[in-house]
Amino acid sequence: MLTGNAAAAWGVRLANVDYIPAFPVTPQTEIIETLSKWINDGVMDAKFVTMDSEHSMITAAGAASATGARVFTATSSQGLVYGFEMLYTIAGWRVPLVMINVSRGLSSPITLEPDHNDILATRDTGFIQIHCEVCQEVMDSILIAYRLAEDERILLPVLVNMDGFHLSFTREPVELPIIEQVRKFLPAYKPNHAFFKASQPMAQGVAVLGGYAYSYFKYQMHLASKKAIEVYREVSEEFAELFGRTYNTVETYMADDAECLLIMTNSFTTMGKAAIERARARNIKAGLLRLRLVRPFPEADIIRFVKRAKAVAVLDQNISIGKGGIIYSDVASTLYNEKEKPVLLSFISGLGGKNISIEEFEFIFDSLVKAVDKGEISPPQLLYTEAELIEINRLKNIVGKEKHYKFESGD
Amino acid sequence: MQTIYEKPKTLIDTSTHFCPGCGHGIVLRLIAEIIDAWGIRGKTIGLAPVGCAVLAYNYLDIDMCEAAHGRPPAVATGIKRVHPDNIVFAYQGDGDLAAIGTAEIIHAANRGENITFIFVNNAVYGMTNGQMAPTTLPGQRTATTPAGRDSANYGYPIRICELLAVLDGTSYIERVSLSSPENIRKTKKALEKGFTTQLEKKGFSLIEILSPCPIYWRMDANESMKYIDEDMTRIFPLGVVKDWTQKN
Ligand SMILES: Cc1ncc(C[n+]2csc(CCOP(=O)(O)OP(=O)(O)O)c2C)c(N)n1
Ligand code: SF4
Ligand SMILES: [Mg+2]
Repeated sequence: MLTGNAAAAWGVRLANVDYIPAFPVTPQTEIIETLSKWINDGVMDAKFVTMDSEHSMITAAGAASATGARVFTATSSQGLVYGFEMLYTIAGWRVPLVMINVSRGLSSPITLEPDHNDILATRDTGFIQIHCEVCQEVMDSILIAYRLAEDERILLPVLVNMDGFHLSFTREPVELPIIEQVRKFLPAYKPNHAFFKASQPMAQGVAVLGGYAYSYFKYQMHLASKKAIEVYREVSEEFAELFGRTYNTVETYMADDAECLLIMTNSFTTMGKAAIERARARNIKAGLLRLRLVRPFPEADIIRFVKRAKAVAVLDQNISIGKGGIIYSDVASTLYNEKEKPVLLSFISGLGGKNISIEEFEFIFDSLVKAVDKGEISPPQLLYTEAELIEINRLKNIVGKEKHYKFESGD
Repeated sequence: MQTIYEKPKTLIDTSTHFCPGCGHGIVLRLIAEIIDAWGIRGKTIGLAPVGCAVLAYNYLDIDMCEAAHGRPPAVATGIKRVHPDNIVFAYQGDGDLAAIGTAEIIHAANRGENITFIFVNNAVYGMTNGQMAPTTLPGQRTATTPAGRDSANYGYPIRICELLAVLDGTSYIERVSLSSPENIRKTKKALEKGFTTQLEKKGFSLIEILSPCPIYWRMDANESMKYIDEDMTRIFPLGVVKDWTQKN
């Protein structure tokens, strides 16, 4: 039994990394503490150093990666956005750094609990993003991440994401692979692209003057990221052969004949799957699609499943202020030029770790059924339960704000 | 009957979230006592850090603002520059001030900001469960240095007071400790001097307070006090490092 954080540390240990710059931040800290203990106990051979901030930590990680070392680092929320500048830089260097983000809502107000505004803020940086639902997947994804990052056809850094608390601190059975098989799947890194060897001088991180050259490099990154979908399929097939666990770009649950499809990411998907079973018991042909790969966006796989459905709901645990759900926008633009497409509803819940209740899932499926049966399209909405609204009103009373929200189902 | 001792009015009547034997509660109380005695509750603005003192605004009944990790000097600057007649202090831990916020404190000092900085040094990142901070003593065991801090790999304890004292922008810098009632009284004096420096418009003041964190020092409260006196002060000597009143 391992927590998500311990599973992450095991992935790093199995991947035989050379260097780990670290800086603590809740709820990620258990990862770096576990690694530092292993290194101290002599069961892991890597260099570990604590830095003064995430900005320096991510910088040092990227720089070490550019010398040809296999590097890992981990952060969360405020730390990720504090190092934000360097994410673009490191992706531009095209170096195979693998990093974990343990999702936590961004300040302010301050919170410790998860949503996905932190990781999704980095979606345009060039990092490949793998989002995990369970602890086993966290460990496996780290191994897969190094394979992707170090592949000559990609050479982009990878962020593996898991939810703080709900996954980082939840113990689940995790199967540790046999080390020989890991070595077979992930051999030592042999850099051909970015490295420092005294005999072959190399200038790194150089400037380009002129937009045409800049555009060229950005487009190269985009092509490499797109290419990563194909490489991902190859790598995950190989992983499945060796370890018996299959990780497609998207994971589906009862989706083959689903008329009402729910799209989610990360650990709350487990609750989504339970909701699918309840909906099926109510004779709703419900199914679920979880995005594992979020960058590159697995458009073809999404289209394949989504087109079979009559109505689709995207449940975002993030909010692009002034627009709405981020994954919703991505799915909508993916479908726009399809001739036949289902209606697409947008829901937001689970911000800052807010629970997504049984009623909320029920409300989503009722809305989907209404859309299918009566053509009624509900507008995008932020979900709350009645009990939560009563609590908000109580808090507003305390601070003397009179205006109250009235509860309407699914408000 | 005459009241000779009472809870400062500025201290909110609530239960504490600090661990037994923690120094943060003492420092907050001293601040409250000074605010009461000087009658400056209506014009004092405090900055709370990210660290164990993050909830300082739950204890001090004054205007307070929470800053992101390491950012109190910048937030305080923004506030003080537009409200020069208010008394502004920033309360920061050693992680907040001497790790992620090092650049900001150096530049606030270099600009000579007329602000009082209260720097609570407990030689660890308390809030995140006791990892090594730049101020951790050589050999000190922490969550990220399980065998003790080895300076060859993890560097040396940073002496913030001495570092800042060389900057022309600084006016008053002193290091004190909470290890005994006598030292606590000296801490209060130093805090008063910090606020006086600001009221007299003499510029940047910083009081470093060596403060116990029994939980992550793996000691009881008494041992922690001894640790401050015998180990910490060897690396971080107590005393005035810079004082504008003593300039000739
Ligand atoms: C950008 C960012 N990185 C990391 C953290 C996590 N974090 C919270 S408190 C803290 C250290 C606090 O230590 P210190 O300032 O010494 O305060 P103490 O708790 O010891 O009083 C860290 C690293 C954060 N909140 N924001
Ligand atoms: S962890 Fe240390 S600094 Fe934080 S409240 Fe406890 S004793 Fe105080
Ligand atoms: Mg501290």
